[in-house]
Order: sequence, then C-alpha cells, then structure tokens
Amino acid sequence: MAISTTIYNTFFRRNSVFVATIFTGAFAFGIGFDTAVTTFYDRWNKGKQWKDIRDKYVQPADE
Amino acid sequence: MLSRQLGAGALRNAVSAPSFRLKNPLAAPRAFAQVRNASSASSSSPLESFLNSRITLVSVSLFTAGSVAWYTHLYGSLPFISQVHASHASDEGLHPPAYPWSHGGPLDTFDHASIRRGYQVYREVCAACHSLDRIAWRNLVGVSHTTDEVKAMAEEIEYQDGPNDQGEMFMRPGKLADYMPPPYANEEAARAGNAGALPPDLSLIVKARHGGPDYIFALLTGYVDAPAGVEVREGMNYNPFFPGGAIGMARVLFDGLVEFEDGTPATTSQMAKDVVTFLHWSAEPELDERKKNGIKAVILFSALTLISLYVKRFKWTPLKNRKILYDPPVDKTH
Repeated sequence: MAISTTIYNTFFRRNSVFVATIFTGAFAFGIGFDTAVTTFYDRWNKGKQWKDIRDKYVQPADE
Repeated sequence: MLSRQLGAGALRNAVSAPSFRLKNPLAAPRAFAQVRNASSASSSSPLESFLNSRITLVSVSLFTAGSVAWYTHLYGSLPFISQVHASHASDEGLHPPAYPWSHGGPLDTFDHASIRRGYQVYREVCAACHSLDRIAWRNLVGVSHTTDEVKAMAEEIEYQDGPNDQGEMFMRPGKLADYMPPPYANEEAARAGNAGALPPDLSLIVKARHGGPDYIFALLTGYVDAPAGVEVREGMNYNPFFPGGAIGMARVLFDGLVEFEDGTPATTSQMAKDVVTFLHWSAEPELDERKKNGIKAVILFSALTLISLYVKRFKWTPLKNRKILYDPPVDKTH
C-alpha cells in the first residue's frame, strides 16, 4: 500500500508530472529498446556486416 | 408388425425424417417392399412426384456441373481422364533447389564480404553484357567498399556531361553520384551484340525472377549438355533451369575465372553464390534494415496483443461471471 501511495503521489497526482513521465518514459524506452535490438542483431550477425569487415579495407591515411 | 402399420402416410414420414429407424432389422426388406407397393399403388405419392419433377432434374444437373467446375478450378484437371499436352513439363524449367543463403533467415543480414566479392564478379564478368542501371556508385559506399575505393573506381569511367559554356557536351571522370555505366548504348545495340537476345538489366533481377536467388544460382551453375533428343539451335545453350531449356547466354563462370582479393578460392559455385548475393543486395538494399525493424515490430506487437488480451479479460470478468436471476412478478390480484 505504501508503495502504491508513493507512486500515486509521485507520478499521478499532478497531470503535468504524469504527462512528463509518459514522454520521458517513451523517449527512454525508444532508445533502450533500439539499443537492445541492435545489440542482439549485431551479435547474431557477427562478422557479416560492413562495420565488421570495414577495418580490412580502410587505408590508414584517411583515419 | 411394423409393415402392417405402414400406410401411404408412413412414407411421408420416412422421407421427411432421415432419422427414421426400424426397430427390427430383419423386418426391413419386408417393410420396404410394402412401401414400394404402397407408393406404386397411389400415383400421386410425394416421393414419386419429387423424383420426377423438373426442378429435381435441373438442380441435380446444376449440382453436377457445379461440382465438376469447382473440381476443375481447384485441381486443374479431372481425374481418370488422360490429357495430351503440346508442351512438356521441362519447358517450364526445372524448379531450383532451396539453397542455404547466408541472408536467408528472418534475422540474417547480408554477408557483406560476399557482396564485395560478388561486385568483383559482376564487374569482371557480368558487366560485359548486363547493365546495372539502378545502382549508383554511392550505393556501394558503406556496403561493400570504402568511399575512397568507390571514388577511385568511379573515376576510371568516363561519363558524358554538359553542356558547357559553348553548348557542347564533354566527357568527365565519374563521380559518386553517377550510376553504373551500361555496357551498351541502347537496347538495339545490346540485341545486335548478342544474336538478338537482350541481356536483362540486373538491378532487380532477383525480385524479377520466379525462385529469386535460388533460380539465378541454379541457372549460373546449371549448364549441362543437352539430353538426347533435345535440339538446341545455333547460338543457344541448354540450361534445364531456364524456361524452354535454350538460353542465349552461354556458361560464363568457370573455376578460377577471377582472383578474389581476400583469398577465397574462386570456384564456379563460390562466384555464383557471391554474385547472386550481390544481385540480391542490389534488388533489396533495404533488407538488413528491414529485418531489424521486423524484430522490433514483432516484439512490440506481440506485447501489445498480450496486453490487449489481458485487458479484455480483465474488463469482461464481471460481465462473464454475473448471474442473472429471474424474479417473477407477484400476482397481486389474489
């Protein structure tokens, strides 16, 4: 009960805080979800993508 | 005892009630004999008039014709009726086997080293006849080559540009924004150079052919001698995977034809696999990104589906579990 009361008082009591929480949460979830999927995707396709083989072809001069 | 009870009226019951059962199986023949006598005795029996009516004839004919048409539509031909075809099944071309492509799975990207080798095969072998209109030099950057490499490759080709101050067209070395140079100036020149056969543009060839990459790999590696009895005209080549069997393109990939810079042995199948991977990329350059978006979409939509199912059950629980009692009105007159 105490936890739900705290959550209610923190996030739901004021509409401005509630809306800000939703927007911030959506933004953070978007970044986190994208990062997680990309990490999995790169691990699954290890060694196949251009960024994995790029080092073999880049000349040291343009680095 | 059953037959004794059956009159003309009992027949109507028998026809209208399919679940009519005889209590004594041994009595059944006698019962039906009695029924037949009864029906023939009265000419206006319902069964008789039903069987002899035109509506029955027409509806049975329609049903039969409909069944035949439906079956033919579904399976193409009727059973037990032999057919004669002017063409042979081999004229449709062999179905290619399903090859285990490195990008075949729902989560797999292209093997970009393979794309790079495939570009080399295209440039050194295919580009002699086949154009690649929809791929620009810049498309290779970050996919199979670095910017400097692509710039150097593009500068080797002369492109027509202009007009300049004098109103004249001039030639200049290629830029990243230029498209791959075509081997022939126009379609007529391409046909004239290939005995009337037009080498198709390869930009979207993987999407454009039934069987996709499997078909192209099978075609490139599938050249064999024509079997006995098959006549291949002058200038044509036999390939069982090509519809019709005779293809204008000769076998071009032979072991050791190109030398890969990464040391991969240039066998026929290796070159065919690499060039098909390259052509698959040129047809679907968005494949890597599309598959990544697909992972996200499946995860998100699965979660949303589960949530909506839960919410539905949650909201409907009181409605589903309520009990409706009928409280009859009390008669107040007494």
